[in-house]
Amino acid sequence: MPPTTCEVCKDARAAVIRPKNSQKICKRCFLEVFESEIHETIVSNNLFYRGERVAIGASGGKDSTVLASVLKTLNERHDYGLNLVLLSIDEGIKGYRDDSLETVKRNALQYEMPLEIVGYDQLYGWTMDQVVAQVGKKGNCTYCGVFRRQALDRGAAKLGIKHVVTGHNADDVAETVMMNLLRGDLPRLARATSIVTSSAASAIKRSKPLKYAYEKEIVLYAHHKKLDYFSTECIYSPEAFRGSARTLIKDLERIRPSSILDIVKSGEDMAALVPPEVGGSVSCAGEAEEEANSCGSRNTNGDSMDLVEKQLALNEAAAERETEIKVPTATAKPQVTGHPAAVSIHDKKSNGRRKGKIVKQVMGQCERCGYMSSQKVCKACSLLEGLNKSRPHTSIEVGVEDEEASTTLMREVAGIAISAG
Amino acid sequence: MSDTVTITVEFSGGLEMLFDHVTKHELTLSKHAADTDGKAPTVGYLVKYICDQLMKDSRKELFVLDGAVRPGILVLINDSDWELEGEHEYELQNRDNILFVSTLHGG
Ligand SMILES: [Zn+2]
Ligand SMILES: [Zn+2]
Repeated sequence: MPPTTCEVCKDARAAVIRPKNSQKICKRCFLEVFESEIHETIVSNNLFYRGERVAIGASGGKDSTVLASVLKTLNERHDYGLNLVLLSIDEGIKGYRDDSLETVKRNALQYEMPLEIVGYDQLYGWTMDQVVAQVGKKGNCTYCGVFRRQALDRGAAKLGIKHVVTGHNADDVAETVMMNLLRGDLPRLARATSIVTSSAASAIKRSKPLKYAYEKEIVLYAHHKKLDYFSTECIYSPEAFRGSARTLIKDLERIRPSSILDIVKSGEDMAALVPPEVGGSVSCAGEAEEEANSCGSRNTNGDSMDLVEKQLALNEAAAERETEIKVPTATAKPQVTGHPAAVSIHDKKSNGRRKGKIVKQVMGQCERCGYMSSQKVCKACSLLEGLNKSRPHTSIEVGVEDEEASTTLMREVAGIAISAG
Repeated sequence: MSDTVTITVEFSGGLEMLFDHVTKHELTLSKHAADTDGKAPTVGYLVKYICDQLMKDSRKELFVLDGAVRPGILVLINDSDWELEGEHEYELQNRDNILFVSTLHGG
């Protein structure tokens, strides 16, 4: 085949076919148009303000690496005045994160950004390896996914940062749109399509600047820009590859590459038809964050949104919420009686100590950990409850009436371990 | 005229896991084995060759699905999208670089 000339500069040889419009362009024009489209997304959605501190959820994978690189480039080129920080989560899977965390550490040097790594053991009292030892390999991606969503918010809160950006791309959003459509979950459909999810119940705002970027172009950008990224399949998720909505998305892309953005746009249009009191973007952001996460977890439990609950959350949460998340100190006593719901992770006065009774039932927040939730107990805490119930009694003594305490308790144990180590 | 073509095949984006974590492979292909009457083997032939000869991993479907490169795997011929080069029909030449990069792995 004769070489094709770039349709933009009409000079260099075309190397990329853009999926969104079939345009054939050269490498240089591709890098430029990729960056400028993300700049456009950022500007037209007012994603940032000058001087804002922003945590980039960084896994060392392609999406977050490209996001970090592009944000650094744009921050300098257009003088956003952003203070960018890399935030990584260590799930505690032996061997699994070693390489990816090394990648993130190199990225931190390459992009001259500070890096913060937060472990599941610090946040939940359980590493993923321990979870897997408990529940087996099947279904553990549910844990990984649920824990991960909160982990970024908690990590950011720990740093006093109120804005987390993630590397979710157009393929991720399209996948989530399809899943929620098939499931008939309108609230979630609406939340998944919005570029910013923030909530009065949370001080942390989430956004996805790569929302309109094709996964294909993200990979090509990383390749042509020679970015240093790491790719691995979550070793606990060998099945993540097959029979998923992702496969459907990729098949559609092959037939008609523009399908992905078409699905994203359709999702947005449908979301616009969802009454705001049902699915508005102001809702349980962290909990509702799209399921298409990098672990490949495909959660299936859609919790329906309770309108009243949410209104209450909006009213109360603003007053209740603090950004600081405390890892309980070693002063905490493991032998707990009474109702642990009184202790929330953002209750400064509690300082890791229990009060005797429930002080307040805060609607819209998890009664265990204070994380925003449409349920009384957030997903992470109910998963933890199940885990902690079956944890060997040698590690911790929990009476039947104390089982609710186990979540916070485990965190305390973790806190003790940390301070002791 | 040589009877062989020597090319570099690369796997990245997680695909290298299917090839003993080796990213770069030097391959020398015979023009005769390719059933192409002494002409250069094509990328289509290469894909089949990789699947049959190079790949030890039994999970072939992670590379090839229904006889074609799995959707979600990008193919670059000398750094260009293979669709610009004729896809399967592209005739391999000495020192060509063929890159298979997965978009399917964790991001
Ligand atoms: Zn050009
Ligand atoms: Zn909770």
